Amino acid sequence: MTDSKTSETENADLEQFRTETRAWLEANCPPEMRKPATSDTDVFWGGRNAKFSSEPQRIWFERMRDKGWTVPDWPKEYGGGGLSAAEHKVLRSEMAKLGARPPLSSFGIWMLGPALLKYGNEAQKKEHLPKIAAGLIRWCQGYSEPNAGSDLASLQTRAERDGDDFVITGSKIWTSYANYADWIFCLVRTDSAAKKHDGISFILFDMTSKGVTTKPILLISGYSPFCETFFDGVRVPKSHVVGTVNRGWDVAKYLLQHERAMISGMGERGVGRPLGQIAADSVGADALGRLDDSTLRGRIATFDVDEAALAACAERAVDLAKAGQAHPAFSSAMKYYGTELNKRRYEILMSAGGVDALEWESERSRQGARPRAWLRTKANSIEGGTSEVMLGIVAKRILDLPGA
Amino acid sequence: MALVLTEEQSMLRDSARGLISDKAPVSHLRSLRDSKDPTGFSKELWHSFAEMGFAGLLVPEEFGGSGLGFMEAGVVMEEIGRTLMPSPFLATSVVAASALNRGGNAAQKSEYLPKISNGSLLATLAIDEGAKHRPLQTNLQAVRAGNGFKLSGAKALVVDGHVADLFIVAARTAGSAGERDGLTLFLVNPRAKGVSIERTIMVDAHNAARIELSNVEVNADSVLGEVDQGAALLDGVLDIGRGAVAAEMVGLSEEVFNRTVEYLKNRKQFGKLIGEFQALQHRAAELYVDIEITRAATMKALQALDADIAKAASAVAVAKARAGTTATRAVQEGVQMHGGIGMTDQFDIGFFMKRARVCEELFGDANYHTEQLARARGY
Repeated sequence: MTDSKTSETENADLEQFRTETRAWLEANCPPEMRKPATSDTDVFWGGRNAKFSSEPQRIWFERMRDKGWTVPDWPKEYGGGGLSAAEHKVLRSEMAKLGARPPLSSFGIWMLGPALLKYGNEAQKKEHLPKIAAGLIRWCQGYSEPNAGSDLASLQTRAERDGDDFVITGSKIWTSYANYADWIFCLVRTDSAAKKHDGISFILFDMTSKGVTTKPILLISGYSPFCETFFDGVRVPKSHVVGTVNRGWDVAKYLLQHERAMISGMGERGVGRPLGQIAADSVGADALGRLDDSTLRGRIATFDVDEAALAACAERAVDLAKAGQAHPAFSSAMKYYGTELNKRRYEILMSAGGVDALEWESERSRQGARPRAWLRTKANSIEGGTSEVMLGIVAKRILDLPGA
Repeated sequence: MALVLTEEQSMLRDSARGLISDKAPVSHLRSLRDSKDPTGFSKELWHSFAEMGFAGLLVPEEFGGSGLGFMEAGVVMEEIGRTLMPSPFLATSVVAASALNRGGNAAQKSEYLPKISNGSLLATLAIDEGAKHRPLQTNLQAVRAGNGFKLSGAKALVVDGHVADLFIVAARTAGSAGERDGLTLFLVNPRAKGVSIERTIMVDAHNAARIELSNVEVNADSVLGEVDQGAALLDGVLDIGRGAVAAEMVGLSEEVFNRTVEYLKNRKQFGKLIGEFQALQHRAAELYVDIEITRAATMKALQALDADIAKAASAVAVAKARAGTTATRAVQEGVQMHGGIGMTDQFDIGFFMKRARVCEELFGDANYHTEQLARARGY
């Protein structure tokens, strides 16, 4: 009886929170921010050199930041909103209902923040988390190296002790937006004699440090979200190591779970009208009002079934984590399916758009937004560990199948 | 509602699993099949089921039931799926009980629901007429005659049709095949004059029958719900059945998958455990992901049914479509990965393949439900 009473009170509190949140969002989210961002410049990434693309974007960001809702579930002392998991879920669902876009996109929020909350010392948390929450510092991730691909632990970038500093030499590849980033969180080898996973450290440093250079990589989408990044004798204080020296793999793995969860959720972000209706705009309808391409219609409906099922599974993954029943490798399962599904979504969108979806440079096509996004999705099942690596993780860690 | 089982639901699962795995492993179905058992299930086991409160799980307490929800019914169905136990649970305790509870008047409820709860009455819904599930295509005619109706027509895949004590028959009192208006549900005594029943031995060795009604007279009290307005009642009842079958398919898929993974860990070929081969590892991992996603979709559907049946249709369509596709894949991969032994009758895995095929057709296959979703979304 006591339990059910408590949960009744909790439910009532949550309902009140929902009502207040809905009212606040209605009053504070500018109409322009109630639709998905249409291009990369329409996304606010924060940082020292940040520029708002529009006044509504600035207003929306500042209002959310002031409530701590750029990072709703982080503790208030670090610039967060201090929301419980249940409240966070309510906020997300109310934002989704309104179509409100995230006020700030940031690798600091998605990846570094959770890792610092778990592995950072107090000084590091106080130094970095509030700046991430307020969008003051833009972070990039120094993980992959040339020739390493998904075999992350084969990294060669080395950090050698010199007094109170490490001196870092080597290079990284696929560093997303390194050319815009202020700081980097980076995996470096601090003990080359140790076993592959045992000599790695997780370290933070300023991208304006002497010896850091970046070079953008042009992709098939015509954009350069990724860079090659070079370190030539970069001096970094030892205090910038997160967690224990040589135990950086633990931090890296933890962070990867967040990265995978983020990538798997990409398909859900920016969802506007149902795919079938988008398709009907260009394909047209038959006499019965059905999409006038029965095979495409079937593909879309099958996609919709799978997408709805995946959304249920994402919800369940959160609930399992809350209940302490989640398998630590489950994010690999979600990453695998989410990215494959997102690729399917864009294949359908290209097919539905027909000739219109082929325009690369025109006002009408918003500079080829659709074909560029289609091409971009092809990286989803490569970045953050390929689909094959994810399946390997599921096979070994969840199904416990024997190693080769 | 969180998409995880509550403590009470976990306890229910454990007790159902205990009874079912102990008394009705796959060998139980095998022996019923091999002996051509006239009942097709164990009456003794059904009695134990009723004593444990499962038979009346969805029946309100005032009629002697447990008054639990569809999530709980799904928990039991999933366990049934693990061992393929043949039982009247789906037809009587889930579908028929829901039809009576939702559509029945006071007299109908107090007559039938207590008997369902105590396991003494078996009931079943007679819906399909053609090869595929098309509820609106119902063409069995019910014409007014005196104070009642006369029913004529035929039904196929009537689950437990040859042992049921009560048929709930979907008939057309107005309109023509394909129309929503003009459908009516009737309670029909299988022993009434003009009813003929043919037990159809099915591929999965579970109970089913074809029935034929020839001028079967029923009185006005036999109408369940409103005359001509049966479609809404039927929609809800069918969605409940679909959610339950999806749960059975989740249990079936997971069981056949677990057996397959065990085999991959033990079977050696070319001097290696076959589970070491990446080609098989990846296929097993994909299947695992498929099953987990389908499980979540099915839980979502059952919760939606518990919250508001009228609003659950899309969630149910997603679950039934996913479950059909996933179960089909699970049994196919199961047989393939077991190799030749998987093709033998002596080995259990074929039983799962056969049951999955029946569950896929029951209350609409994946194509049917995918189509429903497309219509609901307006394209």
